[in-house]
Amino acid sequence: MSHDSHNHSHGHDHSHGGHELPFWRKYIFSTDHKVIGLQYGITAVFFLLFGFSLMLLMRWQLAFPKQAIPLIGKLFTEDGVLSPELYNQFGAMHGTIMVFLGVVPLAVGAFGNYLVPLQVGAHDMAFPKLNMMSYWVYFVGGIVMLLSFMTPTGAAASGWTSYPPLSVVNGPGEGFWGGLFTGQSMWLLGMVFLITSSLLGSVNTIVTAIQLRVKGLSFMRWPVLVWAQVTTAFLLLLAFPPLEAAGIMQLMDRVGGTSFFMPSGLVVSGEAWKASGGGNPILWQHLFWFLAHPEVYVLILPAVGIVGEIIAVNTKKPLYGYKTLVYSVLFLGFMSFIVWAHHMFMTGMGVTMSTFFQATTMIISVPSVIILTTYLLTLWGASIRYTVPMLFATAFLPMFAIGGLTGLPLGLTASDIHLHDTYYVIGHFHYVVAPGTLFALMAGVYHWYPKISGRFMSDTLGKIHFWLSVIAINGVFMPMFFMGMAGVSRRLYDQTVYAHGLAAQPLNVIMSVSAWILAIAQLPFLYNMATSWKWGKKAESNNPWGATTLEWAASSPPPHENFTTPVEVYRAPYEYSSNKKLLPQFVQEA
Amino acid sequence: MSALIPYIDEPHPVTGVTNAKLGMWLFLASEVMLFGALFSTLIIMRTSATDWPAHGSDVLNVPLATLNTVFLITSSVTIVLSWAALKMKDLKKFKFNMGLTILLSFGFLVIKYIEYTSKFHHGHFPSTSTFYAVYFTLTGLHGLHVIGGIITNLYLIGPGSKMWEKEPERFTGRIECAGLYWHFVDLVWIFLFPALYLL
Amino acid sequence: MEQPKYGFWLPPNISTHGAEIDNLISAVHWFMAVLFIGWGLYLVYCLFKFRERPGHEADVTGNAHFILPKYIEIGIIVIEACLLIFFSAPIWARVKQDFPKESEALVVKVTAEQFAWTIHYPGRDGKFGQLKNELIDGTNPTGLDRNDPNGVDDIISPNFLNIPVNKKIIVQLSAKDVIHNFFLPVMRVKQDAIPGMTIPLWFEATQTGKFEIACAQLCGVGHTQMRGFFNVMTQEEYDAWYNEEEKSLLGDAATATEPTGENK
Repeated sequence: MSHDSHNHSHGHDHSHGGHELPFWRKYIFSTDHKVIGLQYGITAVFFLLFGFSLMLLMRWQLAFPKQAIPLIGKLFTEDGVLSPELYNQFGAMHGTIMVFLGVVPLAVGAFGNYLVPLQVGAHDMAFPKLNMMSYWVYFVGGIVMLLSFMTPTGAAASGWTSYPPLSVVNGPGEGFWGGLFTGQSMWLLGMVFLITSSLLGSVNTIVTAIQLRVKGLSFMRWPVLVWAQVTTAFLLLLAFPPLEAAGIMQLMDRVGGTSFFMPSGLVVSGEAWKASGGGNPILWQHLFWFLAHPEVYVLILPAVGIVGEIIAVNTKKPLYGYKTLVYSVLFLGFMSFIVWAHHMFMTGMGVTMSTFFQATTMIISVPSVIILTTYLLTLWGASIRYTVPMLFATAFLPMFAIGGLTGLPLGLTASDIHLHDTYYVIGHFHYVVAPGTLFALMAGVYHWYPKISGRFMSDTLGKIHFWLSVIAINGVFMPMFFMGMAGVSRRLYDQTVYAHGLAAQPLNVIMSVSAWILAIAQLPFLYNMATSWKWGKKAESNNPWGATTLEWAASSPPPHENFTTPVEVYRAPYEYSSNKKLLPQFVQEA
Repeated sequence: MSALIPYIDEPHPVTGVTNAKLGMWLFLASEVMLFGALFSTLIIMRTSATDWPAHGSDVLNVPLATLNTVFLITSSVTIVLSWAALKMKDLKKFKFNMGLTILLSFGFLVIKYIEYTSKFHHGHFPSTSTFYAVYFTLTGLHGLHVIGGIITNLYLIGPGSKMWEKEPERFTGRIECAGLYWHFVDLVWIFLFPALYLL
Repeated sequence: MEQPKYGFWLPPNISTHGAEIDNLISAVHWFMAVLFIGWGLYLVYCLFKFRERPGHEADVTGNAHFILPKYIEIGIIVIEACLLIFFSAPIWARVKQDFPKESEALVVKVTAEQFAWTIHYPGRDGKFGQLKNELIDGTNPTGLDRNDPNGVDDIISPNFLNIPVNKKIIVQLSAKDVIHNFFLPVMRVKQDAIPGMTIPLWFEATQTGKFEIACAQLCGVGHTQMRGFFNVMTQEEYDAWYNEEEKSLLGDAATATEPTGENK
């Protein structure tokens, strides 16, 4: 029974003189990166489902404006129709929760935490206690975000972008504490916790990957997943602090009467806004996007790393262009810091600034194309094994291509004039994050499940999950490009108010129905994850997929100290001998 | 478990630093970005303001702030001396110099308290103008970092110093990291002082 | 064009600079289509040809060296550079910087607020009356000072932007409370309205018709309701409307003066 072996293979914590840890130290307040990784993963999946549900409700209003939501509508409003207030709250929280509570914790907190120490041959992260702290700070941030729904003013309702002056004047409260106990203020407070969690985590990842590498693991022998995670960690480390500063400033504008972002002469609802004025709303946009652009690369890079591992394993040949791939990932990370104002083209930008940011935006498409190309070229001459992880990893490629390509008309200022803040933008970024990153993360779950638990997930359920999802997800997001071309703005409660919106309304029905099918498609996945732990097909060896990276040297699941015998690295990942024999990194050739 | 994590006491052969030292440098890099955002805010607020004080000295107490600068710079010296004392295996001298560091830091906070209360007494709050908003936020965040440093140093001079008996190298490494952090806090002040008070 | 036809693609274009923007959008999408179809065909080929099956082995030497992708990459870079340098940057400069002379254009102020557009015409004197926040109320959304001699003849139009066709229009755009965005789909015009700033934009309509103003930046619970009316009229229709407005504002005294023509 894998459950028994799980217990027996647990090493002793030396600092406790050889005694087994109590349950709450082993599984709740654990410093073991594997337990923490799983904690991140389970919490993140919960938040992903929550954020998804918010959108499923909004999708009813979008498809059938002003009609009561069936069965559960009356839980939200008296007549069952989603109100504009709730629509805006759900919209803002959908974005926030998916990005900061869902995808990043899953991609970085779960996959990064679990795999990076294993893939470099380490016994744990460099700072295990800090690791534990970063999870619990994330957890508190998540609770604060959820509690924001219960304030008198409801949750934040100014988009995940929280642009002032709207985010400062929206849902105000009386005095300091009254101002603090509003959804919009709690959003800012929650962000401070989440940012702190990310900062702590990224220090850990970088130090672990660099310092705790085993003998023989030079940088150019790192698996692509490690390169992706380390680059991501640098992005989080350096890009998040300006948003933390900006968040504090916006909080002060809300509860302290300051005017960092509030210009003079504001008249809100007929009354002069009582503050000193002299502030600049555009300052917030600069500080926000300085983080939020690198943030989107934080969303995609771990996915790129996971897809790389899975493609290597299931093509049974070396990854094409490893060096090019690594340099592209690093260049992408660097460039991500100097494109941010392409989100701000419509703020009254002149020619010089807009030309600079257009140029950097065009340049950043180059490493993205190179990464996609190296994966595509890996398929040439391969022997492709269509496991469920490989299905998702393969689908990632064209989906990421659509997402990336649709960034081009947005990155060029002149075409952005028409497409800015329309559904085209929503389609663009969702393609990258949903059938892009989320598919890659799902692939990762199927792929590493046997390592984490010692059992496989069901193949049949996996295939059903895949085919239903890939069809439904395109049904949700492809129509958005057409809707954007037609000029339909984002964040509209009811686009049929406009003639051009009314004409495009049939697309909404297609998108909503697809979204509900997509939701149903996740049920086999959730069931599969929950039940395969106990009843899945056992993995007969430590390396059932025939992979080459170090995590497959450990037993499944790995013991507390990961490796009971010393590991050493003898070659680069993804290599084979001349007689086509798989050569894992940790096996000395005979 | 900690016995299984290498490079806690001795530096890594390639990077030349311990894990904690690398971690501290990375953390300080993020702190540079944090204060950088606030300094950028200062510049942007100032260039677009209509009622900014012509000189910081018009509204802020330069002599007091100069004294604070002396306190911080001196405390940076004393914290290095405390680390050097450990390198020379002199725990008493370490405690003496770390004690001086903490004392000087408290001095800094006292002066900050005097400054702030004087401002409040005259009806100047962050909400008064963008100048005061930036002033209070920049110095306030810096002050919070000073407090963080004081708490850490109090721990290291007190209960934390027990580590010297069993793991002297590791403890010395901790003091070195604390010193790095403290120098950073000092450095921020060295930018802050001219930016707000003198210019 | 009385009833503009909207659908699942670009709205009708009645703007002098609309064609070049639409051409850029087309060109980029053809480029995207070529890349996607090219990659897609290659992908489908590989997924089929190199699938695992008995007797088929992977080429593990890793020695395959592809030259074509390098040229494709260079081609992509060149095309992107061309799109930027020869299309996007010049169009942006024309649209956002090459303003017509105020003397040749009709200048209007548009002020956005939660949740309406206020259009402010300067009147025959061509000068805008002063705007004062303390005068803002339900009937005076922008705080126009009617006691200011320049403001006596100013026309305030709630949510209706009426303009003559084939005339250059300069809009001075601002907002009272939060960031909004002034979007005229058929004109390919889009500009953030930011409180504390007055941002100019210009355009010229080539056809008459009744169109819409949309708000394209989340501005609160009424964001969806910020529909304004954008009416492009013939010069005669516009003059007729203008005179009506003037009359109701100033009485018969207004029409006694000679129209200066250019300032309407």
